[in-house]
Amino acid sequence: MSFSTAGYQLAPVLPELVLAVGAMVLLMLGAYRGQETTRAVTSLAVLLLIVVGVLEYLQPAGKTVTFGGSFIVDDFARFMKILALIGSAVTLILSTEFLSDPSRRIFEYAILVLLSTLGMMVLISAGDLISLYLGLELMSLALYVVAASNRDNAKSTEAGLKYFVLGALSSGMLLYGSSLVYGFTGTVSFAGIAAAVTASNIGLVFGLVFLLAGLCFKVSAVPFHMWTPDVYEGAPTPVTAFFASAPKVAALAVFTRVTLTAFPGIVSQWQQILVFVAIASMALGSFAAIGQSNIKRLMAYSSIGHMGFALVGLASGTVEGAQGVLMYIVIYVAMTLGSFSIILAMKRNGQAVEQISDFAGLSRTNPLLAFMFAMLLFSLAGIPPLAGFFAKWYVFVAAIKANLFTLAVIGVLSSVVGAYYYLAIVKTMYFDEPAGQVDPVRVEVKTVLAVAGLFNILFALFAGPVVSVASAAAKSLF
Amino acid sequence: MTTWPILSVTTFLPVVGALIVYLSRGDDEAAKRNSRWIALWTTLITFAVSVILVMRFDPNSADFQFVEKANWLATGITYHMGVDGISLPLVILTTAVMPFCIIASWKAITSRVREYMMAFLILETLMIGTFSALDLVLFYLFFEGGLIPMFLIIGVWGGPRRVYASFKFFLYTLLGSVLMLLAIMALYWNGGTTDIPTLMHTAVPRNLQTWAWLAFFASFAVKMPMWPVHTWLPDAHVEAPTAGSVVLAAILLKMGGYGFLRFSLPMFPLASHDFAPLIFTLSAIAIIYTSLVALMQEDMKKLIAYSSVAHMGFVTMGIFAGTMQGVAGGMFQMISHGIVSGALFLCVGIVYDRLHTREIAAYGGLVNRMPLYAMTFMVFTMANVGLPGTSGFVGEFMTLLGTFKVSIPTAFFATFGVILSAAYALWLYRKVVFGALVKPSLMSMKDLTLRECVTLFPMIALTILFGVYPKPVLDMSAASVQQLVNNYNTAVTAVKAAALLQ
Repeated sequence: MSFSTAGYQLAPVLPELVLAVGAMVLLMLGAYRGQETTRAVTSLAVLLLIVVGVLEYLQPAGKTVTFGGSFIVDDFARFMKILALIGSAVTLILSTEFLSDPSRRIFEYAILVLLSTLGMMVLISAGDLISLYLGLELMSLALYVVAASNRDNAKSTEAGLKYFVLGALSSGMLLYGSSLVYGFTGTVSFAGIAAAVTASNIGLVFGLVFLLAGLCFKVSAVPFHMWTPDVYEGAPTPVTAFFASAPKVAALAVFTRVTLTAFPGIVSQWQQILVFVAIASMALGSFAAIGQSNIKRLMAYSSIGHMGFALVGLASGTVEGAQGVLMYIVIYVAMTLGSFSIILAMKRNGQAVEQISDFAGLSRTNPLLAFMFAMLLFSLAGIPPLAGFFAKWYVFVAAIKANLFTLAVIGVLSSVVGAYYYLAIVKTMYFDEPAGQVDPVRVEVKTVLAVAGLFNILFALFAGPVVSVASAAAKSLF
Repeated sequence: MTTWPILSVTTFLPVVGALIVYLSRGDDEAAKRNSRWIALWTTLITFAVSVILVMRFDPNSADFQFVEKANWLATGITYHMGVDGISLPLVILTTAVMPFCIIASWKAITSRVREYMMAFLILETLMIGTFSALDLVLFYLFFEGGLIPMFLIIGVWGGPRRVYASFKFFLYTLLGSVLMLLAIMALYWNGGTTDIPTLMHTAVPRNLQTWAWLAFFASFAVKMPMWPVHTWLPDAHVEAPTAGSVVLAAILLKMGGYGFLRFSLPMFPLASHDFAPLIFTLSAIAIIYTSLVALMQEDMKKLIAYSSVAHMGFVTMGIFAGTMQGVAGGMFQMISHGIVSGALFLCVGIVYDRLHTREIAAYGGLVNRMPLYAMTFMVFTMANVGLPGTSGFVGEFMTLLGTFKVSIPTAFFATFGVILSAAYALWLYRKVVFGALVKPSLMSMKDLTLRECVTLFPMIALTILFGVYPKPVLDMSAASVQQLVNNYNTAVTAVKAAALLQ
């Protein structure tokens, strides 16, 4: 305890410690008891994530810094961490069926998700470039393995490998950028960089570009999105659901923190990068999704587009923008988990179906499933009164305030293009003739779907409290 | 005055009905009958509640009444509802038309009745909400939310080209509306709130007025629809089931006109004044061009759809004339058109249910088999033409009168529309109803059933009542219209005076 002197308390990292120790314990349990423990380990992992979430929630309000400024716990971090924990826990719940197959009893799956979540938490709280990299790598390395967890399947293995190679490249770019930033400012801490950077200089901007490129890769923003469709399609569906939710939260959180707290002195420099990335992501996400026939690939393009929308908020560089990002990611996670629980529910004769044409006539064979999915799709398209509308409202309202009119106009126009392919799925479900019965939906998938679906449909009723929490979290960055 | 949130009850009652329909499970005949009756009773009760609104409404006040306000989203975005003389008639129109829609679908819809009724009830909530929301975000929520049920109504229960029509309807309207959404955001930062009554008294810089006006115009012009962005309407009308067409013509189109009256004129008076010539031109083109197009139609619904575009031209023209007669006439024309065009689509639906075609050429000589129908159809045809003594005349006459004061050429050209509308409406009537009854398929046509009489006769009564005695509608909106016109003219004159001084 002599360690807990000035600036090195362990209390702020208590949730992370619990998670790390818990993951090790579960790993031991699995390693000594063998693969039969898969079910138990997975359930305990969910429990552990819930406990960590509660611990995080109970952290004292206000901003605490530890490890000499490397680790920051503020409202923003708590908000994002709890969201990431929810994402991880829900995807673990959704994975139950995938893991129950005798050929896929792998207890390591849950452990890897836990470790990846630990990485996310470090990433979200990162206060300097070192802890940023530490968190990012812990998160990513676990993700690479999870992507390939269906190891007898060529597509899954390919997805894992592809993700690994491109991920390593992006880590390299991020490191290179970090070293340039360090070289030109003489510090790695965000606060130090912010103090040192008052005017732009070419070397620093160079470093910034590489740093942002690495982060863009993690949020799968154009032009670093190429891995997304392949990985989404190749990875097992519960894993795809995981990829689409929690890691996106963490990556977007660190993106927001780095740009807003480390480089507030050169907003105009990174703003133009973000404007470009946002426009490119929104446009590509909308147009490229039109031609897709596989629902997971479509969701990949959809998520690229959605990251573009989230970055619209960040591009404004204001507290409203940060609030927009927070609102967007909360709603995005709910919509994504809901959509993936439907994709998981789509089974015929025990076989998962992934083609959009398989959804034909779902409104007659399983009306509730079809209705929930239709509402989620309308929400993804940003149609009020569903949750997705509020997400778009908060990012665009920030862009308008920051006078980014061109960005806003292109953004809403591409959301109209995006509406087309969401509508096409609704059309398949409601207007076409049924393509056959679907299997009964498992109870855990049903539960996730019900919660996410109701959140989505009734969001307008409880939007107020969410907005005020997001607003407080956004203010803690400034 | 009110102790219970009467406006919110009116708005959300249909959703409660939809939930009850949802809970009445089953797929057999009994379940279908149940959902029909539940839907009918819900719409009737909603109508009854809205009648309380009329009774308690004070027509001498131009202020918003039945105001409800509650916290919703933080900072300046609240749940704020209320009606004035401009929105109340449209609320009543909505609640009054809905029961007819449900009755009209009684026999015509046989598949997925439960979902159908739910879609209509949810649509009703969204439509009433659109007219009674006093917060821009809340307004947008209702305004855009209506797309979802309407998309499904056209797409699931529509005709052969329903997919194309539903997509066109949805994307066209969405494209217009997203630009309005950005303007709403700009107004939010300008005024610090999205509260409509507050924004009406917030000065908007000239530059922002122009852009915001254009953005709102993009949305309302599509919804109205104005030439040249009207092309979604004929498709949507033709493919939609009868009740869908009725709702579309009677209520959804009015949202555009309502938007102009509620936002464009009061919030951007200078831009409205600047753009009035544009509106006049587009309106005149719409009146003449779509009337000519209507003359060429072979499909009954399409003909009425084009005639709707022409009649909406009168509304936009009257509104942007900015005179008392013009605005009041536009208001009246919206109500009148809501009744008449709704009824015309019901008339088409009646013969469609019997013969399953809407081609004009397939009919002829119906008067011999269906005298009651011939009489009913004639009343609405005459109202559509604008014959004095029907409600159609009052609106057209007042808008022309109001426009004449401001722009004589517009009024001159628009008057041609009256002649042309007589041409296509009478032509349609002659082809369908008169002539010899020679086609074998028509020999067994039955006249109106009791159910059909129940839907049509009240509308006949209203058409003629408002034609000879338009006072109830005009009085209800008079104070609000007067205030709107005064504010508009004050703003415009002030700028003109300032320009002269320089």
